[in-house]
Amino acid sequence: MIRFLNLHKSFGRHEVLTGIDAEVEKGQVVCLIGASGSGKSTMLRCVNGLEDYQKGDILVDGERVDAHAPSIHRIRTRVAMVFQRFNLFPHMTALENVMEGPVQVLREPREEVRARAEEHLRRVGLSDKRDFYPSALSGGQQQRVAIARALAMRPEAILLDEPTSALDPEMVGEVLSVLRDLAQEHMTMLIVTHEIQFAREVASNVFFLDKGRIAEQGLAEQVLVHPQNPRTQDFLRRVRHVM
Amino acid sequence: MPPLSERMLDYLPLLATGLWRTVAVTVLALILASALGLVWAMLRSSGRRALELPARYIVEFLRGIPILVVLFYIYFVMPELGLDLTAFQAGVLGLALIYSCYIGETFRGGIAAVDKGQIEAAKSIGMKHRRMMRRIVLPQAFRIALPPYGNNMVMLLKDSSQVSVISVAELTMQGKMLASSTFDNMTVFTMVALLYLCLTIPLNMLMRRVEKRMGAAL
Repeated sequence: MIRFLNLHKSFGRHEVLTGIDAEVEKGQVVCLIGASGSGKSTMLRCVNGLEDYQKGDILVDGERVDAHAPSIHRIRTRVAMVFQRFNLFPHMTALENVMEGPVQVLREPREEVRARAEEHLRRVGLSDKRDFYPSALSGGQQQRVAIARALAMRPEAILLDEPTSALDPEMVGEVLSVLRDLAQEHMTMLIVTHEIQFAREVASNVFFLDKGRIAEQGLAEQVLVHPQNPRTQDFLRRVRHVM
Repeated sequence: MPPLSERMLDYLPLLATGLWRTVAVTVLALILASALGLVWAMLRSSGRRALELPARYIVEFLRGIPILVVLFYIYFVMPELGLDLTAFQAGVLGLALIYSCYIGETFRGGIAAVDKGQIEAAKSIGMKHRRMMRRIVLPQAFRIALPPYGNNMVMLLKDSSQVSVISVAELTMQGKMLASSTFDNMTVFTMVALLYLCLTIPLNMLMRRVEKRMGAAL
């Protein structure tokens, strides 16, 4: 469903991605792991055109992603995104945040969207917060609203950029459990994460990025428990030491 | 000379008509300047050089000319070019042009100060530039720009006294005429100053209240 073909990306003269070949299939939960600066977030942001790229292709259901083409807007409605820092709209309530995309962009009838948005908020456990502004919500609650906002677009896939990195430790769990539910319902997700334990639990596949390349990819269990590449082994050893 | 209270009562009707005209000039100029300022700010935040550069040059050009000269130009030169305006219209137009630059800069600063994550979030739900501006960026930019905008409002009110030079009979002009016919400079100009304060102080208080309420919503 999302294919990367020889993807190259550089910021000025600095090459961030140096030839990515990978595929995320429908229903898969893929975790992108790797040291900071390895290009994980950049790779993710190329998928919905928040970053452009210089060489290669990204295909979403066969359609090429081009950050500068008009087609990008349509692609973004099909591939939703959840940010590290939530990025909820501060001048809208939780419910309005969730309704904004379907009503304003997809032009769906407001009443229908409202019912669905309430259902999404219920799913992430925030029915009672629907009329709250983001500033009145905790980090974990804001991120769950952001997930509901992504779901409300009825996307074919969701990109998540370190969804728990900006959270206080006691709030990580509530967000991960929402993502776990989504994984069980086979929502296609591409997740940049540092939570190796979580990756092992929910990911069907894992891509390990090293210096702008996928150094190793495969089934989650295989990459995380029996890594073949010495760099993967080294990375996992260091991460485990920290934990 | 009659007692002070009597003189003040004598002067008041004339000054009141001036005050009324000051308010009219200010309100009309503010509306025009805000609309035009929004246009400048939108052009300069459009991300397209073909729109950004002309807007920038126009704003820098206008900001480089003193208000008095702009007023003289509109009132005395424009008729020769076929645009015949009354003093009142010329005054409103001149103030509006100059203040559209200040207000435009204020709005542009507000737009630039909106968190980049907001723009990414708006894009990520498929919004195009226009809708993103209207729904996401501008509502937040206005809140950020509100304090400096309030400042511009008070400055515009005070600068409206400048249109007296092209014979608009606003508060300062009425004061000047009254003073030169009565020689009672102290009373007249003290009253003029107090009448300006009657406008600026409540305006400042109002702005503070609005800011507080807006701030609470964020």
